[in-house]
Amino acid sequence: MSTTIFEPPPRAAVRRSAALASRRKAVDLMVKWFCLAATLVGLFFLASIMATLLWRGLASMDWVVLTEEFRPTRYGDETAPKGGLVHAILGSLIQTAIGTAIGTPIGLLVGTYLSEYARGSAFGNVLRFVSDVLLSAPSILIGLFIYQLVVLPMGGFSGIAGALALAIIVIPVVVRTTEDMLQLIPNTLREAVIGLGAPKWKMITLVCYKAAASGILTGILLAVARIAGETAPLLLTSFGNNVTSFDLSTAMASLPIAIYQQANSGFPDLIEIAWSGALLVTLGVLAINIIARTLLRGRQ
Amino acid sequence: MGAGAAPRPVARRRGMDVGDLVFEWLCRGAGVIVLLLLGGIIVTLFIGALPAFREFGLGFLTSTQWNPVEGRENYGGAVAIFGTVMSAVLAICFAVPVAFGIAFFLTELAPDWLRRPVGTAIELLAAVPSIIYGMWGLFVVVPFVQMHIQLALGDYLVAIPLVGFLFESRFFAGTSLFTAAIVLAIMILPFIAATMRDVFLQVPPVFKESAYGLGATRWEVMKGVVLPYTRISVVGGIMLGLGRALGETMAVTFVIGNANRMPQSLFDPSTTIASIVAMEFPESLMGSMKQSALFALGFLLFVISFLVLAASRYLLRSRLKA
Repeated sequence: MSTTIFEPPPRAAVRRSAALASRRKAVDLMVKWFCLAATLVGLFFLASIMATLLWRGLASMDWVVLTEEFRPTRYGDETAPKGGLVHAILGSLIQTAIGTAIGTPIGLLVGTYLSEYARGSAFGNVLRFVSDVLLSAPSILIGLFIYQLVVLPMGGFSGIAGALALAIIVIPVVVRTTEDMLQLIPNTLREAVIGLGAPKWKMITLVCYKAAASGILTGILLAVARIAGETAPLLLTSFGNNVTSFDLSTAMASLPIAIYQQANSGFPDLIEIAWSGALLVTLGVLAINIIARTLLRGRQ
Repeated sequence: MGAGAAPRPVARRRGMDVGDLVFEWLCRGAGVIVLLLLGGIIVTLFIGALPAFREFGLGFLTSTQWNPVEGRENYGGAVAIFGTVMSAVLAICFAVPVAFGIAFFLTELAPDWLRRPVGTAIELLAAVPSIIYGMWGLFVVVPFVQMHIQLALGDYLVAIPLVGFLFESRFFAGTSLFTAAIVLAIMILPFIAATMRDVFLQVPPVFKESAYGLGATRWEVMKGVVLPYTRISVVGGIMLGLGRALGETMAVTFVIGNANRMPQSLFDPSTTIASIVAMEFPESLMGSMKQSALFALGFLLFVISFLVLAASRYLLRSRLKA
């Protein structure tokens, strides 16, 4: 009987534990507020970038920007014709398209190799590591590489050099998504196809690619979004041009380079044009990203 | 050979299919191309850098000279190397606490309906091209630092003994090492936050639940269960951000001021390897010593970022396997 008698704990201990509890709660609350603030800070930066782009980009966006070529500043002479960015838009489209066209098949094949042929093999692991390093490697170094490999032998900057530099950036992006997407395919599907007597290459091209199609397309879209805004490697390869050029063997304009040059020109009217270019690039890149994400979500 | 090789003949017979042979070698060939690309980058950078290495030797790493005047050409990489490392390390210091806050918020605190939109918004921040960060930095962050941060910090913090000199203002353009670190921090924030979020999500719920069951608060669960469980991957994610920050070009070029002098304080303009290459390479003569010096800097940047990225991948390997 006597053992069950409830003895209240000493008052000092009660006070101590109450103080401890309230301190723990206070720390927890502080951390929570800090995390909320951190998230708001991150969102604020995105909002600030988008607001600045829309505000300054829309102000100077008009038909002329989309249809005219570069013109020197009309600073002090309002009657001079206004310039535009069509040479840069076309140049970007050409180089991005060629870069994607060269990089995608290579990336697709490497991704396939990693997923279907080299799971766990030493060569596969090295290849995966190298591809991942390329994925995050400073893009300006890819520019230096192509400069040495293409620009020097050709004797000058060229559109094809720019496209090749972009292709190198495309490859690791496509490799990563292709491998990830192919690995999501259940092995039973592969076994079923092989069981029907199909050779492995038909299993991969006709069944696995089809099953992973939207995922692979996502990877390609993400790669396009990545290279559409690339500037640094193009500075050393296709260099930029003030007129429309379809000649891949000479310097070619691109939207990011045109933005870079006009934003640093110091002339308010050229800076305005740079802002509309920046708005175009960002809207394009974010739109492609959102499409890619939607595709992927539909899959999962 | 032996019993283990028993299924082999079957596979062989399938392998006789010409299409199979061709396709496998196509895939392997593409893999070899990727390996050659990385090897090619190292070799071409080194070949380009060779004249500068021969001329300046190891002194290239410590010399702060940058003199392109013909006949008195003298190039050293110390300023650019210092600027690269300092801006990236500072950016990490700014970005990591915020990225941790975002990851904690997205995995533990936010209501379910909020997680996806906020997560997507943070990921979109990673998709914004670096030139846009540069332009936004130049026209928004630079004036802000110039008008509000530099002078305020300069007034109050210079008095601190020993470290006060870091906050001294001698240049008032707003373009500085500090501004570059801020813009870099914003750029790498989404990469670090996304990696942290992904590794936090891999902690088995039962671990967290048992801690909650003992009465732990969310912060205690994070500090006592989640962080110890994921610390290696968290460091890997931070290294990934560091690797990105080291090689970032356009954003930094816009806001760092591109001064080839050793910065004396955080608010001095400086330069990085990537931005000095972007600024000076296109206008340098083909085959000149200046070009070779820039190749040498590029080679060093490659070595530094390769080591950081390799370390990051090594630390993240458990996450990749899962």
